[in-house]
Amino acid sequence: MQQHILVILPHPDDEAFGLAGTMAKYLKNGDKVTYACLTLGEMGRNMGVPPFANRVTLPEIRKKELEESCQAIGVTDLRMLGFHDKTIEFEDQDHLDSVILSLIEELSPSLVITFYPGYSVHPDHDACGEAVVRTIGRLPEEQRPIVHAMAFSKNTIQVLGEPDIHHDVRAFLGQKMASIQAHRSQFQAAELLGNKTLDDKEIQDRFGTERFWTYRFD
Amino acid sequence: MQLIDQVQVQNRINSLIGQELYVHLEMTTGAYASHLDSSKHPAATFISNALIQYSQGSIAGNGPFRVGLKTLNGWIYSEGLTHWENNDAERLIMAGHDTQGKLVVALQLSREPF
Repeated sequence: MQQHILVILPHPDDEAFGLAGTMAKYLKNGDKVTYACLTLGEMGRNMGVPPFANRVTLPEIRKKELEESCQAIGVTDLRMLGFHDKTIEFEDQDHLDSVILSLIEELSPSLVITFYPGYSVHPDHDACGEAVVRTIGRLPEEQRPIVHAMAFSKNTIQVLGEPDIHHDVRAFLGQKMASIQAHRSQFQAAELLGNKTLDDKEIQDRFGTERFWTYRFD
Repeated sequence: MQLIDQVQVQNRINSLIGQELYVHLEMTTGAYASHLDSSKHPAATFISNALIQYSQGSIAGNGPFRVGLKTLNGWIYSEGLTHWENNDAERLIMAGHDTQGKLVVALQLSREPF
């Protein structure tokens, strides 16, 4: 059955390493994917090597990179929500939650993918995940979409255990690498591959599985 | 961004003396500093679009550079600046990038808000 998947992440490029293959896979299966990106990564430190962006031009450059990444993955419904990088944890929570709720009401996703609050290192990641589970947690239990969360803090496995969702995305490494490449101000994609191809076992092992924890509301 | 040309930056600083300006001042070690290396202390701070005026200002050092601006009630100081945007005629955009190209410090002045 076709499902609608709603991805909510704070920064352009948050999708690239952990989720691009999964999104491509869902799309291939005929599912719908909406990607809501809270900010334009205005405060990113990477300006390209050598720097071709600056603090002033970075948001517009990253917006284009995000659009290109979505194109590479196949995502056609991209929502840029206009929040400011580094400020998610300080935003008016009611406002943030209402923006997320209106997306959920509009799209009725069966699955929402975000960051696991408390285990995602960057304060924006944690605050984004927190807003998502706070908003969904307020819905009646039978109306709640499933939440799959990415996490990468050092204590993740110690506390949350092994991820329960593993997506084999080896068939979608082309899309995933193109997504990473699209974010050229942020990543040096050429260095990741070196002289290896996408069929290389080392590349497949490194990028071929995307892992998530199902968020438990109880 | 280009490597700082001290003379050109000084000229630009001079041209902005005595005007009401918006300043963006920032320093950051990056949100992942302690995740990548637990001995590192993650610190970041920025102020954007504060209104200031300065009566004198200069760029000093041999690169990375320091900039000091004497404002009506105090000072603005920034160390570690390496790059500037020489194509931007309206604004003075300066930043310091580390050896990996990552932004560590930024000082920007503009007559219009950023």
